[in-house]
Amino acid sequence: MMRFLLLFSRQGKLRLQKWYTPLTEREKKKIIRDMTTMVLARQPRSCNFIHWKDLKIIYKRYASLYFCLGVEREENELLALEVIHRYVELLDKYFGNVCELDIIFNFEKAYFILDEFLIGGEVQETSKQTINRCIENSDMLQEDDNNEWYEVELFG
Amino acid sequence: MPAVSKGDGMRGLAVFISDIRNCKSKEAEIKRINKELANIRSKFKGDKALDGYSKKKYVCKLLFIFLLGHDIDFGHMEAVNLLSSNKYTEKQIGYLFISVLVNSNSELIRLINNAIKNDLSSRNPTFMCLALHCIANVGSREMAEAFASEIPRILVAGDTMDSVKQSAALCLLRLYKTSPDLVLMGEWTSRVVHLLNDQHMGVVTAAISLITCLSQKNPDEFKTCVSLAVSRLSRIVSSASTDLQDYTYYFVPAPWLSCKLLRLLQCYPPPEDGAVKGRLVECLETILNKAQEPPKSKKVQHSNAKNAILFEAISLIIHYDSEPNLLVRACNQLGQFLQHRETNLRYLALESMCTLASSEFSHEAVKTHIETVINALKTERDVSVRQRAADLLYAMCDRSNAKQIVAEMLSYLETADYSIREEMVLKVAILAEKYAVDYSWYVDTILNLIRIAGDYVSEEVWYRVIQIVINRDDVQGYAAKTVFEALQAPACHENMVKVGGYILGEFGNLIAGDPRSSPLVQFNLLHSKFHLCSVPTRALLLSAYIKFINLFPETKATIQEVLRCDSQIRNSDVELQQRAVEYLKLSSIASTDVLATVLEEMPPFPERESSILAKLKKKKGPGAVSVTELDDSKREGGELNGGGERSSDSAAMAASNASTPSPSADLLGIRSSAPMGAAPSAPGSLLVDVFSEAGPAAPAAAVNNDGFMRELEQPTDTSDSLLVEGSGDADSAPPSEDPADPLPEADELLNKFVCKNNGVLFENQLLQIGIKSEYRQNLGKMYLFYGNKTSVQFASFSTTVSCPGELQSQLNVQSKPVEPLVEGGAQIQQVLNIECLTDFCEAPLLNIKFRYGGALQNLTLKLPVTINKFFQPTEMNSQDFFQRWKQLSQAQQEAQKIFKASHGMDTEVIKAKLLGLGSALLDDVDPNPENYVCAGVIQTKGQQVGCLLRLEPNAQAQMYRLTLRSSKESVSKRLCDLMSQQF
Repeated sequence: MMRFLLLFSRQGKLRLQKWYTPLTEREKKKIIRDMTTMVLARQPRSCNFIHWKDLKIIYKRYASLYFCLGVEREENELLALEVIHRYVELLDKYFGNVCELDIIFNFEKAYFILDEFLIGGEVQETSKQTINRCIENSDMLQEDDNNEWYEVELFG
Repeated sequence: MPAVSKGDGMRGLAVFISDIRNCKSKEAEIKRINKELANIRSKFKGDKALDGYSKKKYVCKLLFIFLLGHDIDFGHMEAVNLLSSNKYTEKQIGYLFISVLVNSNSELIRLINNAIKNDLSSRNPTFMCLALHCIANVGSREMAEAFASEIPRILVAGDTMDSVKQSAALCLLRLYKTSPDLVLMGEWTSRVVHLLNDQHMGVVTAAISLITCLSQKNPDEFKTCVSLAVSRLSRIVSSASTDLQDYTYYFVPAPWLSCKLLRLLQCYPPPEDGAVKGRLVECLETILNKAQEPPKSKKVQHSNAKNAILFEAISLIIHYDSEPNLLVRACNQLGQFLQHRETNLRYLALESMCTLASSEFSHEAVKTHIETVINALKTERDVSVRQRAADLLYAMCDRSNAKQIVAEMLSYLETADYSIREEMVLKVAILAEKYAVDYSWYVDTILNLIRIAGDYVSEEVWYRVIQIVINRDDVQGYAAKTVFEALQAPACHENMVKVGGYILGEFGNLIAGDPRSSPLVQFNLLHSKFHLCSVPTRALLLSAYIKFINLFPETKATIQEVLRCDSQIRNSDVELQQRAVEYLKLSSIASTDVLATVLEEMPPFPERESSILAKLKKKKGPGAVSVTELDDSKREGGELNGGGERSSDSAAMAASNASTPSPSADLLGIRSSAPMGAAPSAPGSLLVDVFSEAGPAAPAAAVNNDGFMRELEQPTDTSDSLLVEGSGDADSAPPSEDPADPLPEADELLNKFVCKNNGVLFENQLLQIGIKSEYRQNLGKMYLFYGNKTSVQFASFSTTVSCPGELQSQLNVQSKPVEPLVEGGAQIQQVLNIECLTDFCEAPLLNIKFRYGGALQNLTLKLPVTINKFFQPTEMNSQDFFQRWKQLSQAQQEAQKIFKASHGMDTEVIKAKLLGLGSALLDDVDPNPENYVCAGVIQTKGQQVGCLLRLEPNAQAQMYRLTLRSSKESVSKRLCDLMSQQF
């Protein structure tokens, strides 16, 4: 099971946090601090895995952004790397050539996409097509909503 | 501002985010946030009702502020209101806010639960999924109470959409993890298991996580999942990469599902059904084969996904630990990865090999990679990879390579990363102790450790070396000499001073004869370090000084002067001052006799689990300590208890125990059986004495003892008169039921243990018998573990070991009686001491009797004690080998068999078996490289029998020719018989 996913920039700015077990805000802040210092200090071409307390940390850098996944001991490290990659692909497909700014300005979308992919720290659906269809559908609903709202605004 | 907003685009939100990003300082950011918070608060409190869009926008802003790391103390109610909106985006933001900022406010939870309930029953799949995601994200007890009974219904209902099923499965898993008591299984168990057959791969992928977790907790109820998982896996593994459409990931079919299936299978033992097992083995072989195929893509995603499955398959193979062929192949595969250019793979291979090292089938194969691993320790750039290499060296260490590994670890320590030094020090200390054959090596190693990494040598380590030196009088003189030399160094670590002070104080007399280390020289050397040391070390040194006064009266005046000087007797530290005053007084007024009594040599330390091992376990955290270590400590514990019982048995043994407590490092206590204190000239004699004294009467003694135990227990049994009578019978007279004949499969079971020492000897519905054994020279120690597999107590449990016929004069087997009651689910242990007097052919018999539910169980097995166990390997070159081979050319010295291969003819497997035989497997001896030759000496009490073995495989005909030559006909013949069953 995955315990958390953190996205942070090279400067250590947190861009997304997802926790799959209940933690206090204090504990979360401690983990975020530990992860950013630990991962940012890694030399290039080191391996992507770190033992940390009772967890395995799997991290990978995409452009300016670090993706950092904390998983339980029995999880498969290589597959965890591919969980990160698939998430990046999903973001990329949605935003089209995704960059850090997309995630900053549309953080809620980044969360929605993640929820379609992982639930409760487990992989729910791995098919890119299926997930994208889901997200697109909800965007369609969104547009309908907006039309409705504009109408209200216009005539109200 | 970059135009990155997508979808509905809440413009106000984008502007706000942009403002925050433009803030030049933290203060400016906080100011901007406070302004926004005030704005939102006023909107929420305002008289005018907000429309859904505005509410959504403000809630989203609050969420953003919270995620920046600021506290949010309002807005929850507005978010809850959004949940009941029938506009999807508003609902979605509401749920997101709730998921991120859960509040245990009970009133709010009730409102949230209401909204969720409505969405779950809405029959709108998108809304249902949102609600399920929210439950999974929050996963609180209150939610479990509200929905734990509802979700299984959604999961198994026929008309539920696939996407909803997926969410429901994982949502249920989350609730099960938080509140297992609320998630009731039962009628839906089998329908959940059958989700493994679902057509939709996504549904299977999600459901299997749930099934795996439930199987771990209730393996029996879910065991039908094994065959379903195997057939699903088999379909995936054999599918072409395009078959699975979007579930193929970079040309790898369904990697996530494959790994989850392999993980699920790890909750169970190997399938009992032959067909299922065959299919699974086929899958595992295919996965191993695929690893050798050229990659279908150069992308790292392809190799990662493929290797993820491979590593998971290897984990399963290790978990089963029963297929030597697969284990060895797995080991070879990992061996390839050790040299891979991808750091990740090297890291994982090192890690995975650590577990392989503890399997008896692959331990030897792992050891062949020692040079590569040592090289990794020296050259890897990444400290986490070096750490794994150090772990693996530790795991693969055994008696044969301990010196090399310890030396490498010591030299690595000089440059090791600070973060791992302490752990490395502990590991070196443990290995040195565990595999110390001569204790001078152990002392050297620990002193080197202090020299190289003194700062990282914790108290446990230097306490331990002192304990061992005190408990073993054969090493005391050497230890004194060595610390004396080590202290000569101009700058030596304080830990060295501590060890030196303690050891010279106790055993300085052993080296005082040499004028170069006369008492005064020793004292001056210690005292030259005194002023540089901390208070505790000085205190220790003062005690060493007073011990010197006792050991060497000639140093009394000098030492008294030191004690008397102001810096001691008026030291500002109370402890030091007190010691100086008391020791000075003691040395002045006490008579030599009193002094000698007070300052007598320290008594041996009681044995317990190595404190270092305990420390390492603590450091690594529970679960991180490998099985072998736990086993070791268990055995150490067992050894201890055994020692205690023994001492109460007979006074003689008690005395010898006290004078030579066995170091717990010596796992099986074989070495420590030698009474160092009592008769140093004849090591091993105690064991022999006990045997000869007990002699043939031993079994009788055992029965008596047994009876005594039972008498003690009888009062508790009085209500059940039948049982008392039964057990009373067994005690007073030989049991009325004769031991059963050996089981028909007894020989077969025996054959399984010819090339291995540990494993499960026998298992049926009721009972499991496991064996661990170790042999040295002509002595052996065997641990039998009797496990009660039922939930019902076994009564009148007794075991008898007998040597039928002439075996009685060939082999001595001595056992201690076992507890007569074995509780349901419990395991008891029995130790056998074995001595080989002369060569033998038959196996000793082990008879086990007990009552299970009133019925007497009586079964007899053959104990896997075979002549080859007493092999000592002999290394020799080709010339020597053939010279001896020719010397043994008389017809009766040779035994030969030609037989058909009954297993595959895999080189590694054959080698592993030949190594397990106990003789040395010689390379480059036979002119034909396909052949195997071995050499060894069988050690019996009476004589040593040299043996040579040659095995010639013929792969084409699937035949072997096996030739044994030895100086004794019976040995050649027996070895030939035994070995011909193995291939």
